[in-house]
Amino acid sequence: MYTQALNEAVERPRVVEDPEKLAAFQARIDAEEKIEPNDWMPEAYRRTLIRQISQHAHSEVVGMLPEGNWLTRAPSLKRKAALLAKIQDEGGHGLYLYAAAETLGVSREELYEQLLAGKAKYSSIFNYPTLTWADIGCIGWLVDGAAIMNQIPLCRTSYGPYARAMIRICKEESFHQRQGYEIMLTLCRGTPEQKAMAQDALNRWWWPALMMFGPPDSESVHTEQSMRWKIKRFTNDELRQKFVDATVPQAHYLGLTIPDPELRYDEATGHWRYGKIDWEEFKRVIAGFGPCNRERLEAKRKAHEEGRWVREAALAYAAKQRARAMAQKIAAE
Amino acid sequence: MAEQSMPLWEVFIRARTGLAHRHVGSVHAADAEMALQAARDTYTRRGEAVSIWVVPSAAIVASDPAEKASLFEPTASKIYRHPSFYEIPEEVGHM
Ligand SMILES: [Fe+2]
Ligand SMILES: [Fe+2]
Repeated sequence: MYTQALNEAVERPRVVEDPEKLAAFQARIDAEEKIEPNDWMPEAYRRTLIRQISQHAHSEVVGMLPEGNWLTRAPSLKRKAALLAKIQDEGGHGLYLYAAAETLGVSREELYEQLLAGKAKYSSIFNYPTLTWADIGCIGWLVDGAAIMNQIPLCRTSYGPYARAMIRICKEESFHQRQGYEIMLTLCRGTPEQKAMAQDALNRWWWPALMMFGPPDSESVHTEQSMRWKIKRFTNDELRQKFVDATVPQAHYLGLTIPDPELRYDEATGHWRYGKIDWEEFKRVIAGFGPCNRERLEAKRKAHEEGRWVREAALAYAAKQRARAMAQKIAAE
Repeated sequence: MAEQSMPLWEVFIRARTGLAHRHVGSVHAADAEMALQAARDTYTRRGEAVSIWVVPSAAIVASDPAEKASLFEPTASKIYRHPSFYEIPEEVGHM
């Protein structure tokens, strides 16, 4: 899932670019040509992409944690198998994206170190806890739903490997959202307690889901360059509005109430108008002070440390096999 | 501490018999066997493939995009390589 335009600032150029090359580059972008790894590109374009793609990759893999919390307690084997498959997809999304970032000349190890060291950002949404099974429904429905809104335009982003990764990802996200909505539907058709559980989850996830689109346009002054480079194609507020318009009727179908007293339908524009988002909360969570930030990073560090011997053993085995094959070859000569 | 990096492999899959293998992405793995397994888990979770190739990324030799013009442009002037270059009277029928 999940780019968030966490830090809208396009990287500032550190080098003086050749104006002729810059113009030719912009002309290719304007002609909707895709930029490929070996093509010339401005250094700031490269760094902006590395940051955005790696944040996106980190979000995919950190996003496996809140859902993993419910794997052993899924209410049926069918739900458990589906959730397992979804989480595995998210791991795959992380891998596609790390691979896309690597084509820009940075290693996955390096990016991952940045995440584990707490120097890289990832989507704020994964710093909220999953308290009940209904949270798994809400994540699929709202979080993956918001991710789809964000990601569909990224399938046309100007950098080829990123666009191709996004196409694969978008194909898989649709299952995630439907899976989540179906969980909500089942709860809402269940006992009053189950329906209350669904409402409680919506109450907690609604606002964080809206924050997934990043700061309001009025505060993200740097989107312009990203739009000019066609890394980004819609502004945060445009995407957020699309998400609200798509999601409100789905909540109504479930018989749930969106936890926003100011929410109203605007006849003139056909849009659902929503109330004020608590951007202070957003800033706190991004800055590392959300409910689960520490827990998430600790879980990732622990997994990385505990997997170290496996990676080392695999490399040692491969080296031994190579040496053995080499020795046989020499003996045969 | 940065650890030793896992080698990179390019992944090609054949979607159906009769089709060519197509590049789909890359994986990191210690050896060829693990690369094949990682490629299967990463790129074929929904029946996308009947066959997988993995190739060490370092073994791929690529043309230089900067030489695109000199490499491919000459073919553009050779229009006689295309069937539409030859005029056949309509009476002859489809050819
Ligand atoms: Fe995802
Ligand atoms: Fe997803």
